Amino acid sequence: MSAPQTTPEELPMLQLVAPDGTAVGDVDVGLSEDQLRELLRLMIFCRRLDRECTALQRQGELTVYPAFEGQEAAQIGSAFALGPDDFVFPSFRELAVAVARGVDTVEYLEYHRGTWHGGPYDPIAHRFAPICVPVATQIVHAVGWAMGAKLDGTGACSIAYFGDGSASEGDFHEAANMASVFGAPVILFCQNNGWAISVPLAQQTVAPIAKRAEGYGMPGVRVDGNDVLAIYAVTKAAVDRAHAGEGPTLIEAITYRVGAHSTADDASRYRKEDEVTPWRERDPLERHQRFLESRDVIDETFVKETEEAAETWVSQVRGALTELGTPPVSEIFDHVFANPSATFERERRDFEGGSDA
Amino acid sequence: MPEVTMVAALNTALRDALAGDPRTLVFGEDVGELGGVFRVTEGLQAEFGRQRVFNTPVAEAGIAGICVGLALAGWRPVAEMQFDGFSYPALDQVISHVAKYRERTRGRVEMPIVIRIPSFGGIRGKEHHGESPETYYVHTAGLKVVVPSTPLDAYALLSNAIADPDPVIVLEPKSRYWSKEGGELSTDGAGIGEARVLRDGDACAIVSYGAMVHRCLDAAIRLADEGIECRVLDLRSLTPLDLDAVGDAVRATGRAVVVHEAPKTLGMGAEIAARIMETAFDHLEAPVGRVAGPDVPYPPASLEQHYLPSVERICAAVRSAVTY
Repeated sequence: MSAPQTTPEELPMLQLVAPDGTAVGDVDVGLSEDQLRELLRLMIFCRRLDRECTALQRQGELTVYPAFEGQEAAQIGSAFALGPDDFVFPSFRELAVAVARGVDTVEYLEYHRGTWHGGPYDPIAHRFAPICVPVATQIVHAVGWAMGAKLDGTGACSIAYFGDGSASEGDFHEAANMASVFGAPVILFCQNNGWAISVPLAQQTVAPIAKRAEGYGMPGVRVDGNDVLAIYAVTKAAVDRAHAGEGPTLIEAITYRVGAHSTADDASRYRKEDEVTPWRERDPLERHQRFLESRDVIDETFVKETEEAAETWVSQVRGALTELGTPPVSEIFDHVFANPSATFERERRDFEGGSDA
Repeated sequence: MPEVTMVAALNTALRDALAGDPRTLVFGEDVGELGGVFRVTEGLQAEFGRQRVFNTPVAEAGIAGICVGLALAGWRPVAEMQFDGFSYPALDQVISHVAKYRERTRGRVEMPIVIRIPSFGGIRGKEHHGESPETYYVHTAGLKVVVPSTPLDAYALLSNAIADPDPVIVLEPKSRYWSKEGGELSTDGAGIGEARVLRDGDACAIVSYGAMVHRCLDAAIRLADEGIECRVLDLRSLTPLDLDAVGDAVRATGRAVVVHEAPKTLGMGAEIAARIMETAFDHLEAPVGRVAGPDVPYPPASLEQHYLPSVERICAAVRSAVTY
């Protein structure tokens, strides 16, 4: 049985800048020239960091690492649209969102270093929930947080990042339905990167994910995930809706996972390089760079200087990361309970005393 | 002394929590106008409003999942799962997040979440309405698990669970919902992790929790007629276990029988027996006995009394221990 094929080209998808950098829509999205440059700077920094992380994994300095190359625009453009009080609920591939939101990079990478689990940074201070591996579970958290923000009347919203594979989980459905029922100020941001490890989109779902929004009674938007301005524009509109108390929005960003699922994966076992090539031509960094060059927002030195700055930054991150020590073994007991019982403390003492009885 | 049912005691605990802390929220399926299928939330929505006491869609994973987000936003969620057998879709959220979030965030984010689950059998319910899910929760590090056996304990345990900064699963024995007890409702006396001796004796300890506690007491009365005096210990809290109380009971009697509805394999009896071996082996005069549900799915209503530990089976296990 062959699965029906759905390709991005068959469906309407908001695009403001074509892959060659020419404007094809209203590119005045309300960003200053400094902000337009900042988007490119962040994308350059994050790509350099992403490649460094893969290298660090190969060198044994990190545990399994999930690269996000190709998804920089989707992550940074959307993060850029959030207000300071808004709260991010990431999956496990959102390092670029974390960087854009000011999460300490070294603290974040403690997760991939294996020094701690998914919340090595302060989630409350950074407005950035723990890295979430059980896919789609974080979407429900984002809805719960948004319900709480609505009860508090803060006007803030949350955004849940998830992938096309996650959208097949029951938690996606429960979250989307609850978001609408409770009018939660939340953005369900799907990075449809075409692959859930080795399973292509056509074997995951046969209809556009954004179309599901209609069934949940919320707006659904399909957007070119490699067009940072389009991503910013649709996310900003969804954020504005949420801030105004108008409820949730589902965004499907069509992008592509240029690399393997993770450093533990071998994409050559299930896809041909031919498929990847056209997506490299839709590279989000080059697109934004060409657009900015065409508008004289950057000169020829900007990219080179930014790449040099990224090199310096990544070198600092690498240095700090490789100097991280191993946490004390006792820490596995330290945070389990706020109010640990005598029985729990007894087990800790026995464990630390080397006694199993 | 005024008498209260367990339902009324739980209702009062929720009302007091809602009144005492404006950050407390109560939600679940049918908890609004209906007051829950067991009426535990009766009147709460009318009193505290639809913002703080609300119905959710039929979505148990969603219910547990929004608890996490609400806790992150500084709320204290008290969620109801409608029945034991319908709580399983929420296990992923409970195991992966509710139980682990604090540890995963190095203690920076607390999960003051309570999930109430009407549990266990004995009410002639349909299938999926008589489950004993405690082992799933007890085996999940990061949770506390309590099971009241009386109305006053139900009030205290639920109140203390809501006040606790850690996530607590409250397994409410449905078959005791309509039982009555006289006395003042108070949060004293049933702290989380504190077992209670309901009857003293020197021949054998009978260790149980929830509805089976009452069968153990009935068995103890019958055994007393035979000259066998039993100490009946109500655990009340399955995580943390009151190991001191269990050890004391064994040291005082030299024998122990553990009674629960849940299937025998990896039920609480296995853990209690192992703990007794570790801490009081030298005091044992007989092997620790277990009276439990057999390792079969919970049976239909017409057969459930054959499945549930009976007074006769409990008595037989105690006699066997005493005559060992």
